[in-house]
Amino acid sequence: MHTEISDPMANHSPSSETKGLKPLYVGCATGFSGDRTDGAGPVVDTLIALGGGVLNFETLAERTLALAQVEKRKNPAMGYEPLLDDLVGPVLKRCLDHNIQIVSNFGAANPQACAQRIFALARAQGLRTPRIAVVHGDDLTKPEQLTFLLKRLGSDIDPKRVVSANAYLGAGEIAQALKDGADIVVTGRVSDPSLTLGPAIAHFGWSMQDWHLMGCGTMAGHMLECGTQVTGGYYSVPGQKSVPGMDCLGFPIAEIRADGTFSVFKAANTGGRVDDRTGREQILYEVHDPARYLTPDVVADISQATVTREGKDRILIQGVTGHQRPDELKVNVCYDNGYFAEAEISYAGFQAKERAALAGETIRKRIGHLLPLRVDLIGALSIFGDDAGELMAQGYAGASRDVRLRVAGVHLQKEIAEKILREVTALYCCGPAGGGGVRTSLRPRLDTLSCTIPREAVPSGFSFVQEQRA
Amino acid sequence: MNTNNSSNTVELPLYQLAHGRAGDKGNTSNISVIAWDAECFALLAEQLTEAKVAQWFSYRHPTKVTRHILPKLEAMNFVLEGVLDGGVNDALNLDTHGKGLSFWMLDLPITVPAALAAKLEVKEYS
Repeated sequence: MHTEISDPMANHSPSSETKGLKPLYVGCATGFSGDRTDGAGPVVDTLIALGGGVLNFETLAERTLALAQVEKRKNPAMGYEPLLDDLVGPVLKRCLDHNIQIVSNFGAANPQACAQRIFALARAQGLRTPRIAVVHGDDLTKPEQLTFLLKRLGSDIDPKRVVSANAYLGAGEIAQALKDGADIVVTGRVSDPSLTLGPAIAHFGWSMQDWHLMGCGTMAGHMLECGTQVTGGYYSVPGQKSVPGMDCLGFPIAEIRADGTFSVFKAANTGGRVDDRTGREQILYEVHDPARYLTPDVVADISQATVTREGKDRILIQGVTGHQRPDELKVNVCYDNGYFAEAEISYAGFQAKERAALAGETIRKRIGHLLPLRVDLIGALSIFGDDAGELMAQGYAGASRDVRLRVAGVHLQKEIAEKILREVTALYCCGPAGGGGVRTSLRPRLDTLSCTIPREAVPSGFSFVQEQRA
Repeated sequence: MNTNNSSNTVELPLYQLAHGRAGDKGNTSNISVIAWDAECFALLAEQLTEAKVAQWFSYRHPTKVTRHILPKLEAMNFVLEGVLDGGVNDALNLDTHGKGLSFWMLDLPITVPAALAAKLEVKEYS
């Protein structure tokens, strides 16, 4: 039984279905921290029409958590998703009123403070106090944990340079928190698909040792975790793969069934497109071996998966399975590693590319002996090029009458990195003719090390949080 | 479109036979190549080999190129290790993720029978 997208309530008769066996609807309203914040409204409205469900916000890219740790050090009440108010505020009432649980990693480096902020939002809107569960144990920055991790990594970096260290937790804590009645589950680092798999385990009562179902729920989460990348984002090529309504792309919703098959569609009354093409691009996104997609919960297998159209802006995914989960958990360790500097200046008109190239050569002669430099000719050759400049040296840069020179480099010492900014700025007077529009930036650089560690070394759990009134 | 000596085949850029998307993990890029139809897929399975893709990306010095074939999706997934200058943390590239690399792949020339090529003009997919 598939619900018709044109009439979300068709075939919907919960009273006649065994509790827990009706489909689970999970929507995802962000694909990263920095995504559009107005995606949740249409997702929630659609979930309400379907009788409830779960709302995910995926907000943690690889480095987002390290940046959140930096914020938490400055202010112990911060360190969670900075746009939390914009994400949750507009939909909190509707979620609490209509049996829609919110499950998100927007707790980042400080899930406890995040939970308190949600309590405050609820109170300010005159809502009932939500039951909020916080997942903990991913943060591994205690001194003895860091010592263990750095030894495991074989790294000799000073532990003082470590900004964040987090294990990727799985779906177990999320599932149990929902079974125990959570309205909202706040996590730090968990594997992105676990945000969807957890609710599916809780809803259907799936065994976490049923690798087939774990694989299915994981891939449903995989299709959702990048937000609009399955509904027309990161996709459009005008004249070949057009997408209507790019200014109001609908965020995705999965209809997950007890047997593990699932469909993906988008929120009602939105732009975008969902078809076999957007679906195939996303199912393979950031996948290496399609038969072995590793998460804390399962080794998912999409080698025999199919993605077929099931209706307008709706696809059916079948043939997914899974294998026993990996023994160990993945850990990312982020550490301070010097400064990243970049600076740009533009040249236009006749010989524009030659003037920009001359400016780049001039910078190399001035400071190329101090640090490795990357030189781009934006408009002729930039992002296709490699850092070593091999493609540039092969003469790949095309003709252009409007070129922006970009010089970039990194150095452990701030004053050395800063020289890039000073030298490019000096091109105003000392450079080739007609150079204008200098922009410069200097920022601390974070680097990441990864390893796996035994599950026993990760003290994962969850707890319900009490509101702390100021 | 360049006509070959034999005139029975022509060279077309990959984007006329397939679409695709790039993703990154660390210093590894994966690029999906999804054929527009079964006929294109059969041709690509034959021609778009690991060696050919490694050669096309040689200026980035991949340490390993692996092709995974997904017949039921009429697609293949290329995993290119060591091509991102260290990836999102280390690379000096504006595009540290290598988001644009699918479009480098999609320019790769494919030898196509003239009869098939005649059907492959770029047009809106619906």
